[in-house]
Amino acid sequence: MDATLPQDDTWTVAGRRFSSRLIVGTGRYKDLEETGAAIAASGAEIVTVAVRRVNLSDPKAPMLQDYVDPKKYTYLPNTAGCHTANEAVRTLRLAREAGGWNLVKLEVLGPPPTLYPDMPGTLEAAEALIKDGFEVMVYTADDPVACKRLEEMGCVAIMPLGAPIGSGLGIQNAAMIWMIREQTKVPFLVDAGVGTASDAAIAMELGCDAVLLNSAIAHAKDPIRMAKAMKLAIEAGRQAYLAGRMPRRLGADPSSPLTGLIR
Amino acid sequence: MAANQHVGPSLPVRLRVPILPRMQTAVTLTLNGEARAFDGPMTVAALLATLGLETRKVAVERNAEIVPRSSYAGTWLESGDALEIVHFIGGG
Repeated sequence: MDATLPQDDTWTVAGRRFSSRLIVGTGRYKDLEETGAAIAASGAEIVTVAVRRVNLSDPKAPMLQDYVDPKKYTYLPNTAGCHTANEAVRTLRLAREAGGWNLVKLEVLGPPPTLYPDMPGTLEAAEALIKDGFEVMVYTADDPVACKRLEEMGCVAIMPLGAPIGSGLGIQNAAMIWMIREQTKVPFLVDAGVGTASDAAIAMELGCDAVLLNSAIAHAKDPIRMAKAMKLAIEAGRQAYLAGRMPRRLGADPSSPLTGLIR
Repeated sequence: MAANQHVGPSLPVRLRVPILPRMQTAVTLTLNGEARAFDGPMTVAALLATLGLETRKVAVERNAEIVPRSSYAGTWLESGDALEIVHFIGGG
């Protein structure tokens, strides 16, 4: 690591401490080999994973664990594809049994084409999961009232979208992300919407503790290079946030002295 | 009725019905949405072994309830049971 970066700039979620502020998904890659290489290049310590039926006709097919070592990376099971609270809770109970840990990412989605978070379903599932002992990182609408409610219920991280899942549109709601950041005391992440490195940097400059993304890396022409770009962007955005940006002003303010000009 | 006595030592009462016969009988299960027949009686552990699955990489739900890994060997399957056998795959 660069000597100018503070060595102790870590963040903690549900009592687990991490150095990397980039959480990456493991979906949509060409193959498992590329998945493993891109994740290594991203420097991520947490990876999201989906829970799906085993293909019983091919039980010896290569598995994600063979390429993304669960001993090295913290697996964060998600509920992608779940459109009701009941589906999400069942999925995460299975994930807890398969993985043996209780830190999970909850998402209850509305219909296409937006797959926008279904907040009644999300609140219902979050309540059931917390009661059942889960530590819930929650994907949510950029709704400050719902986000506050989820935090008060005991969610361990609040994760609004910057734009619809897989859209790559970037942070479309910077002002709202900033306002929710201000009111949130648990870890706060942008989850979904990042399309390229500058989007990740913007999320970090807004004060996010971390960023969660998948498609921006997996669907880049060169996913491994983009993974590296994201790592750098997250670090750059974090440093810029800590450094504190200059104020915006309407009009120029010359950088060179106005005295001593030749005449 | 020795032939009809339950073979496991410490199963919950509800698992003792129907009483398991000692001779082999077919057990018809719905596995991940597909009907499959097996020679029974059979436990979850035996089913996973028959399917060639590593128990530490999968999780099992039987009739919408989790079967804890520690109970695989003691959980007897009954015809009509619906099982979901899942694992982790790539996802965002």
